Amino acid sequence: MSDISSRSEGRPAAPRLTLADVVPAVPRPLVDVVGLVAGIAWFAVAASALALEDVGDWPRTPTFAAAAGLLAAGFIAVALASRWLGAPSRWLDRAGLWLIVLGLFFTLWQLASAKLGWVPLPFFPPPQALLEVYLDDFPRLGESILASVKLQLWGYSIGAVAGFLTGVSIGWSQRAAYWVHPVLRFIGPLPAGAWLPIAFFAFPSSWSAGIFLIALATGFPVTVLTWSGILSVNPAYYDVARTLGARSRFLVLKVAIPAALPHVFVGLFMALGTSFSVLVVAELLGVKAGLGFYMQAAQGWGDYANLYAALLVLALICSGAVSLLFAARDRFLSWQKDLVTW
Amino acid sequence: MVTATIQTPEAPRVAGASLDIEDVSHGFELDGTVLEVLDDVSLHVAPGEFVALLGPSGCGKSTLLRLIAGLEPPTRGRLAEAGRPIAGPNPSRVVVFQDPTLFPWRTVRRNVAVGPEAQGTLKQSQQRIDEALALVGLSKFAKAYPHQLSGGMAQRVALARALVNDPDVLILDEPLGKLDSLTRITMQAELVSLWRREGFTAILVTHDVEEALFLANRVIVFSDRPAHVKADIPVDLPYPRHRGDPRLAELRRQVLGLLGLDADW
Repeated sequence: MSDISSRSEGRPAAPRLTLADVVPAVPRPLVDVVGLVAGIAWFAVAASALALEDVGDWPRTPTFAAAAGLLAAGFIAVALASRWLGAPSRWLDRAGLWLIVLGLFFTLWQLASAKLGWVPLPFFPPPQALLEVYLDDFPRLGESILASVKLQLWGYSIGAVAGFLTGVSIGWSQRAAYWVHPVLRFIGPLPAGAWLPIAFFAFPSSWSAGIFLIALATGFPVTVLTWSGILSVNPAYYDVARTLGARSRFLVLKVAIPAALPHVFVGLFMALGTSFSVLVVAELLGVKAGLGFYMQAAQGWGDYANLYAALLVLALICSGAVSLLFAARDRFLSWQKDLVTW
Repeated sequence: MVTATIQTPEAPRVAGASLDIEDVSHGFELDGTVLEVLDDVSLHVAPGEFVALLGPSGCGKSTLLRLIAGLEPPTRGRLAEAGRPIAGPNPSRVVVFQDPTLFPWRTVRRNVAVGPEAQGTLKQSQQRIDEALALVGLSKFAKAYPHQLSGGMAQRVALARALVNDPDVLILDEPLGKLDSLTRITMQAELVSLWRREGFTAILVTHDVEEALFLANRVIVFSDRPAHVKADIPVDLPYPRHRGDPRLAELRRQVLGLLGLDADW
């Protein structure tokens, strides 16, 4: 190592190529054209909301138009001042095309739903109806969000911890594998939803039944992946640790578990998907709180805007949960190279 | 004590332990039949000696190392370190394997710290860990992860991870086998100087006749499987040795003859 560097020190340094030498520099334009178009598209959103009469009763139409107009003005301001702005202009640069498409989508949605009535109402309400839900029904919606997040957190955490511990013990101990493996094979593949009818009378409350179902749906993939992770640990790691004086406690905690962690995270990721579907099913069918329950009630009353509003929130929560899990994985597995980014 | 031996490089500190391998036979069960890999091997290694084990591929040399390390008990026979029977792995006998087998989730420094950590002496060993890293020239890479290292650097870390325990016996299972020939030559010289400085007993398995003769006091030649000792050749040359020494060439011809390769050389 050292002799190589000292050898190269004698020679004149070779010209070092950077990206700037390979890719011709594009002069920074005076204005961000894409951002400007995005601003115009969002003015179209505002204009479409104001230009024609609504075919129904949506009191939040002016609010919606004002919000769209404000966004449009913001995009245009950033686009015009892109030479002086740092982070906002970079963001607009990256998101520009998406903002144009979204602007067109909202305009079309506005016209098709609230103005021209092309889509059957009340099944496809206009965007201002969703805004109305967020602004005027927020207490009820917020309560539902809290209930869902709480249920999901409890169920997922209990399932993940139980699955991890079970996976480690059957991966490490033959005796644990003897007793747990048949049960796992028999019960594990059963969809958690199949327990639903039993769970709701066997548990004291629909809340605890929901936790049980989510934990079950989480526990199975986490157990199997943790187990396979422990079994696939390179045996040479154990040899090395043992010759360095490690006892079984060290072998489990400091060798087997860290080596199995990439598998564990795959299990946690898979479990997140199944646990969400169980969460929604449980809330739609039995638990008397949460976003599923809110959506169920909204559909019953014919409040379709509430249904979409809740669905959007649910999508954000699920995506946010996956982001959190990936952030945790990036932290724990920073020693790995080539991680998938989310 | 390290500085003292640096000042008098001709007189290495003898800190190593003796090894007694008596009438050891070992076999593996494979599909119901027993595959004999070691056949009545006896070998006595003096404290501080550097012994190289040479033999045809797959003859059971590495198995012998696993027995010495205490990773497996022998089917028959006795093994002892400094007169005490070997009953299991012990950090006084550390192995460096052909693959560095670093723990990829630990930084270089924390890999070197595995021994002290496992033995519960991490706190008092901080300085020793830094010394071991310095000894293999990797102090600057303390915070790197194994996937950022070259093969030679990774094997140096493995060496530091072994040396940090101040082993009495260093067991080397083809540690340079997978390195490119230039790195191998550098690391052979480093191994010799480490051994002379630290004074441990070294047992090296290798396929490289030249490497065995360049490093060891004694070269043990094994037969085909099941392995038994075919020849015990003292290499009576002072250190540091020179690869062009005519005496080495002579010994090499002798060893290759024992391995049945003299006609091809």
